[in-house]
Amino acid sequence: MPFNFPLQPPRASSFADQHDALFYTLCILTVLFTAIVGFGVIFFAIKYKKGSPADRSRPIYEDLRLELTWTIIPLIMGLGIFYWGASLFVTMRVPPKDAQEIYVIGKQWMWHVQHSNGVRENNTLHVPVGKPVKLTMISQDVIHAFYIPAFRAQMHVVPGRYTTMWFTATQAGKYHLFCSMYCGTQHSEMGGTVVALEPKEWAEWIANGGQSTVPMTLEQSGQKLYNSLACNNCHGVKDTVKGPSLMNIYNSRRRMSNGETVLADDAYLRESILRPHNRLTAGYGQEMPEYQGQITEEDVIKLVAFMKNLGMPTTGLPVSGTDREAAVTAGSKGSMSPLATNAIQYQQFSERQPDATATDRKKDLSVNAIAAQQGGAGN
Amino acid sequence: MSAIPVDKPVADLPNGHPAETNYINEFGGLKSWLLTGDHKRIAMLYLISVTFFFFLGSVAAALIRWELTAPAGVVMESDTYNKVFSSHGVLMVFTFLVVAIPAVFGNFFLPIMIGARDMAFPRLNLLSWYLYVGGGILILLGMINGGVDGGWTFYTPYSSMYSNSNVTLVLTGIFIVGFSSITTGINFIVTTHKMRAPGMTWFRLPLFVWANYATAVVIMLGTPVVAITLLLVVFERAFKLPIFNPELGGDPVLFQHLFWFYSHPAVYIMILPAFGIISELISNFARKRVFGYHFIAFSTLAIAGLGFLVWGHHMFISSQSMYQGIVFSLISFLVAVPSAIKVFNWTATLYKANIRLQSPMLYALGFIGLFTVGGLTGLFLGSMGTDVHLTATYFVVAHFHYVMVGGTMSAFLGGLHYWWPKMTGRLYPESIAKVNALIVFLGFNLTFFPQFIVGWLGMPRRYHYYYLAPEYQVYHVMSTLGSSFLGLGFILPAFYLTKSLINGRKASANPWGAHGLEWEIPSPPPTTNFLQIPIVLDEVYDFDPVTEYELDRAQQALEGHHYDGMMDQDDESAHRVEQGEK
Repeated sequence: MPFNFPLQPPRASSFADQHDALFYTLCILTVLFTAIVGFGVIFFAIKYKKGSPADRSRPIYEDLRLELTWTIIPLIMGLGIFYWGASLFVTMRVPPKDAQEIYVIGKQWMWHVQHSNGVRENNTLHVPVGKPVKLTMISQDVIHAFYIPAFRAQMHVVPGRYTTMWFTATQAGKYHLFCSMYCGTQHSEMGGTVVALEPKEWAEWIANGGQSTVPMTLEQSGQKLYNSLACNNCHGVKDTVKGPSLMNIYNSRRRMSNGETVLADDAYLRESILRPHNRLTAGYGQEMPEYQGQITEEDVIKLVAFMKNLGMPTTGLPVSGTDREAAVTAGSKGSMSPLATNAIQYQQFSERQPDATATDRKKDLSVNAIAAQQGGAGN
Repeated sequence: MSAIPVDKPVADLPNGHPAETNYINEFGGLKSWLLTGDHKRIAMLYLISVTFFFFLGSVAAALIRWELTAPAGVVMESDTYNKVFSSHGVLMVFTFLVVAIPAVFGNFFLPIMIGARDMAFPRLNLLSWYLYVGGGILILLGMINGGVDGGWTFYTPYSSMYSNSNVTLVLTGIFIVGFSSITTGINFIVTTHKMRAPGMTWFRLPLFVWANYATAVVIMLGTPVVAITLLLVVFERAFKLPIFNPELGGDPVLFQHLFWFYSHPAVYIMILPAFGIISELISNFARKRVFGYHFIAFSTLAIAGLGFLVWGHHMFISSQSMYQGIVFSLISFLVAVPSAIKVFNWTATLYKANIRLQSPMLYALGFIGLFTVGGLTGLFLGSMGTDVHLTATYFVVAHFHYVMVGGTMSAFLGGLHYWWPKMTGRLYPESIAKVNALIVFLGFNLTFFPQFIVGWLGMPRRYHYYYLAPEYQVYHVMSTLGSSFLGLGFILPAFYLTKSLINGRKASANPWGAHGLEWEIPSPPPTTNFLQIPIVLDEVYDFDPVTEYELDRAQQALEGHHYDGMMDQDDESAHRVEQGEK
C-alpha cells in the first residue's frame, strides 16, 4: 500500500492561520539556530582538529560582549515569541459575546454533545461554518481533553467544573475529534468526527432534529442502527473477549462452537442477529442478547447491508472463526492484519465510530445538570 | 596539571600499571560490596542497577514501538498497552533518568574531582542505594503483578479513584526512590561545601561538580513535594480522603500543580548533570579551557532557580487562570536563555581548540545538536498559542525525548565511555565505540523526528489505536524502524564494555590526556582515592591551545615513526600516543 506523507493538518478554523503563522515562524527559528550551532560545531571540529595547521594563538576564554550578545538576542526573541503566543492564547480563550453555545459532556469513553434546541449527538459534533461556537464542557468521571486538530483547539474537560473553548469553523468538512488526556482503557477510541456544515445545510440539519435531509442508503441506515444498538461495543475492529470482529465477515467461512463450518451469508447473518445462540462462533458463549422481536425485518436488512461492506474491499482471505485464546494472544491476523488492509477499511471504521462505546459509568455527578437531562441515550 | 599530588607513592606509579590494590580488588566477596561505604563501589552498584532498570524500560519502549506500527495495534489489548507505556515512563523517569548520572558518575567522581576521599556521609550514601533498590523492587512488583496504568504523571482523579491497577504499590515505590534522591542530594551538598581540598576554590570546581551541586539543590527542594503529593494520592485511594476527587469535594487540578512543582524541576534534575558531563567532555577533548566558565556555572544555578517558577506551562489548557498561564509562559521564556548560553559557550570552546574526535567527544557533539533541537522545540510549547494545539500530542513526546534521550542519554553514554577506563581500569575498542556513537545519533533522529510531524498533525500521545486517523501510520513505521537502530546502539556498548572487563587492555592513569584530579590517580583508583589530600594550585581545565598543538605535532611525528603502515590500530595507538605525551 502506498504511503502518503501528510505534512500539515487541515486548516479549518479562524485560529488555524494565526496559529500556523506562529508555528512556522518558530520552525524557521529552530532550523536557523540549529543550523548556526551545527555549522559552528562541524566547522570548528574540522578546522581545529587535532594537529591541523590552524592558528591557535591568542585564544579567548571569556568575553563579556560575546556572552551578552548571545544572552540578549535570544532573550529579545524569546520575549517576542512570548508576546505573540500569549496574545494568540488570549484570542483563543475569550469567546465573542454572540457565540452559539453547545454543551459537551465527557465520560469514559465517549463524548455527548447537546445543542441548545435539544438535538443530541454522540462522538460527533456538527457545527456551522462561519459562526463562532462556544463549547461549555464538563466531565462525568476523570479528566478528558476535547481536541480538534484541524481547528487548533484543545481544552481539558474536568470533573466538577465547567471549562470552555470556542472557535469559528471556516471550511466545511469532516475532521478528527480526539480525547487527548489519558482516561483509561479505551482512551484512544474516545473520539469521532467534527462535521462543519455550510450555514444553510447546518440550519436544515438542526431543524431536522439532527437528521440528514438527504435520504440514506441501506448501508448508511445500517451503520446508524449498528451504532445506536451499540453493536460495536462487542464487535469491534479486532476480535476481543467480548465478541468476534465482523470485519470482512460477509461470505466468509466461519467455524462454529460445535465444530461445523458455515458460510456467513445473508441468512446466517440474519439468524445471528435475531437468534445468536443457535449457532455460536467458536470460542464464544451466549453473551449476546437475542434481537428476535426487538427489531424489525427492515432493520435486519439494513444491518446486513452494512455488514456486507464491513472491511471491504476484501483481501480475499477468509475470516476464520476465532476463539478467545487466539484473539487474546494473536490479536489481529489474517485479513484483520492492519498492514494487509488499507486505509479505506479504517476510513469505514472511522465513519462508523461515532456513537461508539456507550459504556456508561455507574457514577453520576450531582453537579452535572446537563448529564441528568441528557439521559445517556445516543441519537 | 591542576594539582601538586603530595601522595607521590601513588601518583608516581608508571602509566599503564595501576596501583597494586584498588577499590575493586582491595576487599573481596559479595558482602564487602553490599556493606561498602566507598562512594566508588556504591557508584558501581548504582551503575549495575540503573542499567537493569534502563533495560526493562527499553523493553517496554520496544513493545510500544512494535504495537504502534499498525493503526489497530499488533499484539496487545488496550489495557496491556496502557500498562506498557505507563511502565516505560515510570521506569525511565524515576528509576533511570533522575538517578543515573548523579548516582553513578556524580557518586564516583564528585569526591575525587574536589580532592576528597569519600562522600561526607558514606553510610547515608549506601542507604540511598538500598532505598533505590527497595523502591525499584516495589515498582517492579506492581508492574509484574497486574501492572500499573495512568502514565508516569498519574493525573487525578483517574489515578486516585478510577484506575484498577497497582497505583498504590507503584506510587509507594516511587516515594521510596524519592528518598534515595534526597539522601544523595544531601551528600552532594555537604561534600561540596565541606570537603574540597586545599586550594579547590568554588571557581576551580570542574563544571560537572557545579552541575551536580545545583542538581542536589533542586532535589532537596523539589522531591519532598512530589513525595507528599504521591502520598496524598495513595491516601485518597486507600482511605477515600477527599483531596483530589471532586465527588468527594476535592480538586483534581490541584494534583497537577503539586505534581509539576516537582516534575518540572525534575526535568532539570535529569538534564543539569548531563550539562556537567558535556562541559567536561568538550573541554578535555578540545584541549581548551571551557569558554565562559563563570557563565556556564551561573547559568546552571539560574536554571535551577528559575526552574521552580515555570511548572504552570504544563497546564495552559488545564483550566488554570489565563493570567496565571501568561506569567508561567513569560518565565518559561526566561529559563530558555541560560540553556542557550550553555550551547553557545560549548560551541565557542571549540574555537582555536585541538579537537580529538574520540568516542566520548562524538557523543558530546551529538548532544549539542540534539539538545539544541530539543530546547528550541520547547519554545513551541512554552508559547501559549502554539501549545494549545501541540500539548498532549506526539510533538511533546518528540520534544522531551530529544531532551531526555538525545540529551541525557547521549551524555550518559559519553560519560560512560569517558570514565570507563578510570572506573574499571580497562580500555574498550575505540573504533566500535565511535561507530556506536553514530548509530545512536542517526537511530535517535529517525526514531523521534517523525514524531514531531505526527504530533503536529494532531496525534495525541498515549494512544493505543489510531484507526480513527490511519494517515498517521507512515510516521509510526518510520519511528519504529529508527528505534531498532537506536536499540542496537544501546545493546552494543553493553557487549563491548562488558567484554573489555574480561580481556580489555589495561588503562593508564590518564588514557585521554585529560585534566582533572580524577586523571591524576591510578585507574582504577585506590580505595582512599588519594594517599594524601592534594593541594590545588592551578585553574580548572588549564590547557594552553598553542602548547597542546605543539605536543600534538610532536606526537604525530612519533606516531608516524612508530606506527607507519599500521592504520588499523587507530584506536589502540591513540591511547598509546597520549600516554607518550606525559
